[in-house]
Amino acid sequence: MADEKLTQIYIMGKAYDVPVGVTIMDAMEYAGYRFIRGAGCRSGFCGACGTVYRKAGEYRLEFVLACQEMVEEGMHLTQLPFTPAPRSDYTLAELDPSENVLLQHYPEIARCVSCNTCTKACPQEIEVMDYIQAALRGDVAKVAELSFDCIACGLCAMRCPADIKHYHVGQMGRRLHGVADLATPEHLTARIAQLDGGAFDGEMETLASASLADLKAKYAERVIEKVQEPEVATEEVAT
Amino acid sequence: MTKLAYFPGCSLKDNAKRFEDAAFFVMETLGAPLEELETWNCCGTVYSLADDDLMHHIASVRNFIRTKEAGSEELVTLCAMCYNTLARVAGRVEAHADELEKINAFMDREEDYEGGIRIRHILQVLRDTIGWEALSETVVRPLDNLKIAAYYGCTLVRPQETGIDDMERPVVMADALAAVGAEPVTFPFEAECCGTYQIVDEPHLALEQSNRILRSARLAGADVVVTACPLCQHNLEQALIAPVGESEEIKSIQVVYFTELLAAALGADEATMSPVVREILSTSVTAEGGA
Repeated sequence: MADEKLTQIYIMGKAYDVPVGVTIMDAMEYAGYRFIRGAGCRSGFCGACGTVYRKAGEYRLEFVLACQEMVEEGMHLTQLPFTPAPRSDYTLAELDPSENVLLQHYPEIARCVSCNTCTKACPQEIEVMDYIQAALRGDVAKVAELSFDCIACGLCAMRCPADIKHYHVGQMGRRLHGVADLATPEHLTARIAQLDGGAFDGEMETLASASLADLKAKYAERVIEKVQEPEVATEEVAT
Repeated sequence: MTKLAYFPGCSLKDNAKRFEDAAFFVMETLGAPLEELETWNCCGTVYSLADDDLMHHIASVRNFIRTKEAGSEELVTLCAMCYNTLARVAGRVEAHADELEKINAFMDREEDYEGGIRIRHILQVLRDTIGWEALSETVVRPLDNLKIAAYYGCTLVRPQETGIDDMERPVVMADALAAVGAEPVTFPFEAECCGTYQIVDEPHLALEQSNRILRSARLAGADVVVTACPLCQHNLEQALIAPVGESEEIKSIQVVYFTELLAAALGADEATMSPVVREILSTSVTAEGGA
C-alpha cells in the first residue's frame, strides 16, 4: 500500500486520498463507505449507482455511474442512487394504444421546453429529449427504439426543469410497443409454459428451505456460465 | 422540383393526421414532395412574448439546426401555430445576435445555430413557388358548386412581420381553393380568434367565439369552412358538436383542413379521405353535375 499512487477526491465535501485508476465506487469503498443501497451489478447495467461530480475549476456538472467512471484528481462527487419519481399505475392490457396514452399517464411531458438537459444527464448517452418529444406526439415505436438502453438510473428526472419522469415514460413506451407492435417471441411463450408447469419448483423449494450456511456454501461454489474466450492474437514484437 | 424540408409539429402526428396526410398527397402530386426532418422537436407551441424569456425559443432553434443538418436553408410547415412560432423565433434571433449567442451558450456542448433558416408556410409555397395556375392544371376532380369560407384565425396572418398575407383581408387560402374550382365566400370573421386554449379551462368562451365564426360563414353562404390550424379546427368542431345560442344555421356546415379539399381536387383516393370530405364530395360537389 505504501508505494500505491494516490489521488485526492472529495466525497460529499470531504477530502479523501484514494488509489489512482479505480472506479468511483471502488474509491468510495476504499474511503470507508459501505454500500447497502446505491450499488448493484457493478457492471454498468442495473442503474443503481447514479453519481454526479464537478471537477475543480469546471462549471459543468457531470453525470456518471459510480461503477463505470474512474476517479480523477479533484473530483467533487456525490451519489444520487434514487430518484423520487412515482410511476403511473396502469394495466397494459387495458390501455387503448390508438390514443396518446403516454401523454395521458405522464401529462408533464407537455412541459418539455427542449432544453436537452436530460440528454446531457444520461450516462447511457441516450437521446432522452428526443424520446420525450416522440412521446409527446404519440410515436410509441420511436420512444421504444430511442430509450432501449435506459437503465432507469433516474438522473434525467432529477435534472429536468419541467419535472418529467423520463425513464418511466420510456419504460411505458417500450411496454406499449412490445404489446401492440411486436410479435410474442416463441422462446418466451415456451419458458412461461415451463414455469407454469412447475419445471423449476423443486429447485426453488430446495433453495428456500436451505440454511443460511448452506446458501453461502452454494453461492461460493456456484458455477458461472463460461464465456467463450476470444482468440487472442499473439502480439508481434518488432525487434 | 427538389424535396422540401418539412416540419410537421406534434398535432399533425396525432389528432390532425389527416391534415398532414392530405398535404403529403398534394405536394407529391405537384412534384414538390415534403421530406420530414429526421429528428425534430415541438416548435415551442406558443411564441413567448416576454423580453427575457429566451428559454422558450430554444425548441425552435433546435429545429433550425436540424434543418441545416438536412441540407436545407428553408423549412416548410403546415400547422399555422408551428409556422407562427418558428417564423417569429427565426426572425428574432436573426435580428438579435446577442440573444442567439445566449441561446448557443446555453446549449453548450451542442452545435451552434448560425442563423439563416427561412420558415415558409405551405400556402406560401403553393402561391409563390408553384403558383395558382400550376395548381389549377393539376385538378382532376374540380370542386364545382362548393362554397367555401377560408378561415385563417390569428397565427397565419399576425403579427405583420411573419404574416403570410394581408392581416385583415387575407386571400391566400381562398385563392388556393378557388384554383381547384371551389367558390370562396367572404365573411367578416375570417381572421378572428377561435378562442384557442380557452377551450380547456373556459370552454364557453371558445365555443361562443367559434360558434360566431361558423354562423357568419354559414350566413355568407358557405357549405364548408376550411382551416389551417389543428386548434382552430378542434374548436370549430367542438362548436359544431355543442352549439350555443341561436345555432340552427351552423348545423349544416362542415369544417375541414384546406389540404383535405386540395387533395380531393387533385385526385386523392376516396378511401384515404376523412368521412367529412367524402360527405362533402357526395353532397355538394356532385350535386349539380360536378366530377
